[in-house]
Amino acid sequence: MLKTFLIGFKDLRLAFRDRAALLLMLLAPFLLTIGMGFVTGRFSGRTSGISDIPVILVNQDNAQLGNALVDLFNATELADLMEPTASLNLETARQLIDSDEAAAVIFIPEGFTESIIPKDGQTLSGEVISIEIYANPSRPTSAGIVQTIVEEFLSRVESGSIGGQVAMSQLITSGRVAPQDIPAVGEAMSERLSSSTTKPVTAIKLKQNEVGGEALQFDVLAYLAPGMALMFLMYTVSYGGRTIIAERIQGTLPRLLISPTSAAQILGGKIFGIYLTGIAQLGILIFATTIMFQLKWGDTLGVIVLVLAAVFGATGWGMLITALARTAGQVASVGSAIMLIFGILGGSFVSLENLHPLVQNLSKITPNAWGLDGFTTLALGGGLADISTPVSALVLMGTVLFIAAVRLFNRQGIAQR
Amino acid sequence: MPNILEVKELVKKYGDFTAVKGISFNIEEGEIFSLLGPNGAGKTTVISMLSTLYTPTSGDATIGGHSITKDPMGVRNIIGVVPQDLALYEDLTARENLVFWGQMYNLSGKPLSARVDEILEQIGLTDKAKNRVKTFSGGMKRRVNIGVGLLHKPKLLFMDEPTVGIDPQSRRAILDTVKDLNKQGMTVLYTTHYMEEAEELSNRVGIIDHGGMIALGTQKELTQQVGQSETLILHLEEGANAEALAKSFNGIKGVDKADASDHAVTIICPEAEDVLAAVVGKANEQNVKIRTIDIREPNLEAVFLHLTGRALRD
Repeated sequence: MLKTFLIGFKDLRLAFRDRAALLLMLLAPFLLTIGMGFVTGRFSGRTSGISDIPVILVNQDNAQLGNALVDLFNATELADLMEPTASLNLETARQLIDSDEAAAVIFIPEGFTESIIPKDGQTLSGEVISIEIYANPSRPTSAGIVQTIVEEFLSRVESGSIGGQVAMSQLITSGRVAPQDIPAVGEAMSERLSSSTTKPVTAIKLKQNEVGGEALQFDVLAYLAPGMALMFLMYTVSYGGRTIIAERIQGTLPRLLISPTSAAQILGGKIFGIYLTGIAQLGILIFATTIMFQLKWGDTLGVIVLVLAAVFGATGWGMLITALARTAGQVASVGSAIMLIFGILGGSFVSLENLHPLVQNLSKITPNAWGLDGFTTLALGGGLADISTPVSALVLMGTVLFIAAVRLFNRQGIAQR
Repeated sequence: MPNILEVKELVKKYGDFTAVKGISFNIEEGEIFSLLGPNGAGKTTVISMLSTLYTPTSGDATIGGHSITKDPMGVRNIIGVVPQDLALYEDLTARENLVFWGQMYNLSGKPLSARVDEILEQIGLTDKAKNRVKTFSGGMKRRVNIGVGLLHKPKLLFMDEPTVGIDPQSRRAILDTVKDLNKQGMTVLYTTHYMEEAEELSNRVGIIDHGGMIALGTQKELTQQVGQSETLILHLEEGANAEALAKSFNGIKGVDKADASDHAVTIICPEAEDVLAAVVGKANEQNVKIRTIDIREPNLEAVFLHLTGRALRD
């Protein structure tokens, strides 16, 4: 076991003495993160993250639910994140999007509330009037956040509506209320509910940062930085795999094999070296972005566990590529291709939510997608329990790939005499 | 002295090709034993099997009582190997390399540190210990390569052509190191295709060709096989047709054998002086310019030529 660690630490030392490798392991993801940060406006200088999203609210409903949604965007919980402006005219509001002065326009049509909560003596028409969102395509992240808030609001309204209908049905079937008294009872219930739960605004709460207790801001770097780090992690694991073949060619692997060291110790050491290098790479990138960009990665324990799991999954891929390749050149070229394909599939460049469902399903084979899922969850305030699915998926992925790779190694005799 | 190495009918086949054809030999403790043979004769394959890197197709060998097929780990603990090609981490320093390989041979702590210092002293690289190996000359790298093989004080040291491709000064240093190690009691199995090295170092020599052991014994025993014949070596200018010239010598009275190799013709004859005039005359007839002429007493080169009909450096 000791020799396995010694071989691993030797490989870590060698990796960090290879300038070309360092360039791709550390500098490239760092620079790409900065570059994409500039592209997304993260470094435009006003804030340290996404905040003050300019959103235009066109409320032609002017009734209970429409007003509640306007109140929600003006709530103190969203004061840092949103910069809402009211407008009476949809066309005027849309022009603000065209001129890139707004991230999104929320249009609440007339009759929206009545389509959900009927007026006295009226019944529901059955057709719900939809709220419309006009997103600024040049601000996909900001527009996405606005959309998420509106969807959450509508979800609450829908569940409240269904709950009310169920309550009414039960009152009628139990004989406590006569059918003709239902409108009056409903109105009374609505008034009581609205007074007891204050405003619908309170139904939507932002997750609180457990460490600082401050309202969490969505920092686009919290998506970009892990995306780039995970993509270049695939380079690191293929680089590590390449060293197995390189050692065979340069004669150090045969020399190891004729020392009193077992083949399993040597292969274990090589794998451990790749794993260590991957952890060091992610660790340095996390540390650097935390210090330089004040990026909050989230729960420390969660980040540590996720890094360990993500590198494990990625190392499995690195070993499989190495086991299938015959030359160091093959590992390098296949590794680079996999790095880019997994980067795209895994959401390092484009959010998975914007991709076709088929691609979203395909992304599940990449450690990038699961890792990014976990890092985003943590950055949004989630804890260790919230990332159990991505962590489990990464561990399972790594285990399956390791078994496949070791079988191939044994069959080909790479680690055998 | 008891045998530290006993090789019995060792065979290595790669498909239809037989690289080693059932060779057998023993090495006594304290000996320097040379395996002499041209490139491709099977020397490295024999070393690779004895050091447990390759599994023999058939046959076996015991080293210090440990079978290479049944107890390879036992063998690895008591052998040291200096491979033909450098097997070092070029981005590590000389000291880091020695420490790492020492750890692989179960050394640790102060004994390891002390042993590394000893080795650095022995290979003359104490002042370069903190330099990365990639900054070293070929000769310095060779010395580190040898140092790694000595770290755990092996009972039997395999040295596989350790002087290939290095300058004469480094070569001299390596040969002196081998003799020093032997004086300290280390048994050495040395492979080479340089007859001079085998002659200078070895107590006994095994001559290997095409995977088979064709002669084995002390230098005296081997040279007796060619009687009192002398060796006449004509070094020709570049571009000369050595083969044609060698063929023409075979008709000269007093020439036992003549063979061409690397712009040179090697002639085995009972008395060099008797054939010298005729040989030079033939060269003149063919307009071949002779640069130098060596006359040698019976040696291993002559033995190899006598046994195979070819010069050693073919």
